[in-house]
Amino acid sequence: MAAKTIISRPIYGTLSPQPGKHHLFVADAEGALAIVDMAKTAPPGFFDGAEIVFIPGSGGQHIAALEALKSAQFHVAPSFASLLPRLKQTLANAHMGMRLYLAGTEGLIGQAMQVALEAGIDHTSMQTEHRGSLARRMQCVHCKGITENVTTQPATCAHCGLLLLVRDHYSRRLAAFQGVCINAEDPSEIPPKEEAFP
Amino acid sequence: MSTGTTKLDVVVSDVVPVNDLVTRFHFRRRDGGLLPTFSGGAHVVVEMRDGELTRLNPYSLMGSPLDTSEYTISVRRDDLGRGGSLFMHRSVKPGLEMVVSYPVNLFSLDLRAKKHLMLAGGIGITPFMAQTAQLAGSGGNFELHYTCRTASLGTYADVLQQRHGNRIRLYHDDRDERIELDRLLSSQPLGTHLYVCGPAGMINWVRDRAASLGWPTETVHYEHFAAPQPGLPFDVTLAVSGKTIRVGEQQSLLEAIEAAGVDPPYLCRGGVCGQCETNVISYDGKFIHNDHWLSEEDHRSGCKIMPCVSRFEGKSLVLER
Amino acid sequence: MGITFRKETFRDDFTFKNSPEHIRRFPFPFHEDSYMYAVNIEPHVVGPKGSVLENLIDVDEHYVAEMQDRALVLAEDPLRCQSLPHMTLAGWDLLELLMEQQALGYPEHFTLERNGDRWRWINRPLGIDDTFTFGDTSTLPYGPMEYITRQSQGDFCILDQRDGNLWMDAGMVTTQADWSLDFDIGMNFFEWHAPVPLAHEKGIFVRALKFLTNIQQGKPARRLNWTMTINPRLDTSPENYHKWGPDRTTVTPENVGDKVHLRVELQSFWRLPRSNGIVFPIRCYLIKMDELVTQPKWARRLHRVIRDLPEELATYKGLTRYRPTLLEWLSKLDDGSATSPGFGPD
Repeated sequence: MAAKTIISRPIYGTLSPQPGKHHLFVADAEGALAIVDMAKTAPPGFFDGAEIVFIPGSGGQHIAALEALKSAQFHVAPSFASLLPRLKQTLANAHMGMRLYLAGTEGLIGQAMQVALEAGIDHTSMQTEHRGSLARRMQCVHCKGITENVTTQPATCAHCGLLLLVRDHYSRRLAAFQGVCINAEDPSEIPPKEEAFP
Repeated sequence: MSTGTTKLDVVVSDVVPVNDLVTRFHFRRRDGGLLPTFSGGAHVVVEMRDGELTRLNPYSLMGSPLDTSEYTISVRRDDLGRGGSLFMHRSVKPGLEMVVSYPVNLFSLDLRAKKHLMLAGGIGITPFMAQTAQLAGSGGNFELHYTCRTASLGTYADVLQQRHGNRIRLYHDDRDERIELDRLLSSQPLGTHLYVCGPAGMINWVRDRAASLGWPTETVHYEHFAAPQPGLPFDVTLAVSGKTIRVGEQQSLLEAIEAAGVDPPYLCRGGVCGQCETNVISYDGKFIHNDHWLSEEDHRSGCKIMPCVSRFEGKSLVLER
Repeated sequence: MGITFRKETFRDDFTFKNSPEHIRRFPFPFHEDSYMYAVNIEPHVVGPKGSVLENLIDVDEHYVAEMQDRALVLAEDPLRCQSLPHMTLAGWDLLELLMEQQALGYPEHFTLERNGDRWRWINRPLGIDDTFTFGDTSTLPYGPMEYITRQSQGDFCILDQRDGNLWMDAGMVTTQADWSLDFDIGMNFFEWHAPVPLAHEKGIFVRALKFLTNIQQGKPARRLNWTMTINPRLDTSPENYHKWGPDRTTVTPENVGDKVHLRVELQSFWRLPRSNGIVFPIRCYLIKMDELVTQPKWARRLHRVIRDLPEELATYKGLTRYRPTLLEWLSKLDDGSATSPGFGPD
């Protein structure tokens, strides 16, 4: 799990069953294991009113483990972009009493949270659990482009090419960490890149 | 620096009996100017000079926030209370000069809400009078469910229905009409916020059902000003100012402290805002905590008291005031 | 007699200067010879005539030039002005506050006529005369917040108050000290202050939030903050850091007096009546070292403050690269004699 550094850095918890009428789970890769672990403490019948949406990723694992929970609905998507229309429709039709659970990489949690915020769910009422890669989504503060799966410090902006310091400062609205030019004062200074977010 | 509010010099411009229990009071500025703008859900603290006694009671502003030529409040007569409402009903007449605080809002709308679901019980209707006016003026999406004992005690039910039509639903106790709360709470679109104001039992019931049905706490708003309760007189030592005072039967501890010339900060005078929180230096006896501010742990510890609504019974009490 | 507005720039040829009267009224932020964070909040009440506190919303000789600079920033990057959908009502609150205060303090330059919700606003320095319906966004060329903050000096953050916290849900931010509205919008009080070193550990923000959430209508409060800027540049945004950052390498012993500026923010805090939100006007005052040291007390004191500033704060404020050069220059103006208490010049 990611270490806490500054206050705007998101803190993830451990999924736990919440009171509610319906339960929507969105997970990727190893996030499936967070759901499986939570299921051990869930009251009987909990998954009768649950929907699980899962992005297995390159490994293609954990599908069977999630299927075994026998949720009312189970959907496997190849990518976040591909599940977005479905997620938006589910949220648009949902009622108060629906609870949201997000598990997996920070990129997945952040992007799903972004959609849920727009649908009117307060971030403090969402359950989150971080599992798997620490790779970051990063917004370049200069050109505003988002670079996915950033693992190094510093990192190059995929859009404008500036060399960016990846800060811990995080925006839920953008679902991204902030990247700020690391050698703005003297562009001839080029610090080495290190693998920081494996 | 001290908190607390600025005062407004007003004159009572009208007194209108609404039904057997409720009377409405209108205030205008003595200098004829406009009053400060306020937001739906705000209250003012009304200063009542009743002989030797000064009472300061909070009342929700119930006029439209779009009209600041006057402030209006509605006061329900409480024959068993400390006398504030009786004073208002018996002694406050048009032309009387009074002092009220600037408006303070501790029950404001969450303007992010996709829908506002309001539940009122009895005189708890007053903040919703202003909030529905505000929302109607800006095209807001709201629905108000209002429970009253009888049609004749359904204060402003007629006005509300006239203004807002079927967005207002009425429930009369004497006709055995009850809100189907679980069904109501389960059928609201995502992004709805819930507001409840009424008797403590109703607030607790609604909060409890909402939590069980999966409403996150940030979406449930409630206003419950505890009126200070009368009780046995007791003595208090104010250590900082070096005074010993007696709190009368019909007086709150805060009022007694103020009567001694010590002015703790306050906003709500109803046990919810936390401003007048006071440290206890020592005590021998038992506290009667009536506030919604301190945690249960604080209550058990005997280290803190909210003098606006809480009392004490016992041998001695020393406060850091 | 009105204000004579200067023709000047905050970019390219940097012709910004303070007149002698404006040097004397500069809000010097250090009341003693050292600096550390504190909850230095006090009531925002009217101060002495001739000071920046003479009016609660200050308009000065840089007004017209600052508004022109703001228009240039917004033309390049419209994301510097944003308002989340639920904040329109607060925008009207802010429009009312700024129109009333500016018309009250500077009747020769601004006039507000209110006739019910039919309002007429005359802004003579900028040549504006608009009639509109208060509360009806379609009667203004911009949203209410953008309209009035294109005509008011300083940055503006509008905060929604809910769940015991303040949420930065709208703002006009073009003269900021290195933070991004586009990134921070929607954050709560602790989150947008997260990058500030030392203050969290000292519990500063917890106490400040408690105070700010209790700000009452009609009782605004204020505090001063400060940093330093190379060249009189208003727009020191992170967005353009790669453009202004290199300025920091250009400081030499010869040009310190002209290039290095003390940048003081007068932050005030107001409860907004209709929305129950809070607005923070953040008014930026710049003064170059050559102007500042015309007051010997300020020269001595600034030397001591910069010399003794903790390393984390110096880094956060971006002083590291030119601090030695600046100190060397200031030290020559510090004979070691005592400074009188308080902010003002002797």
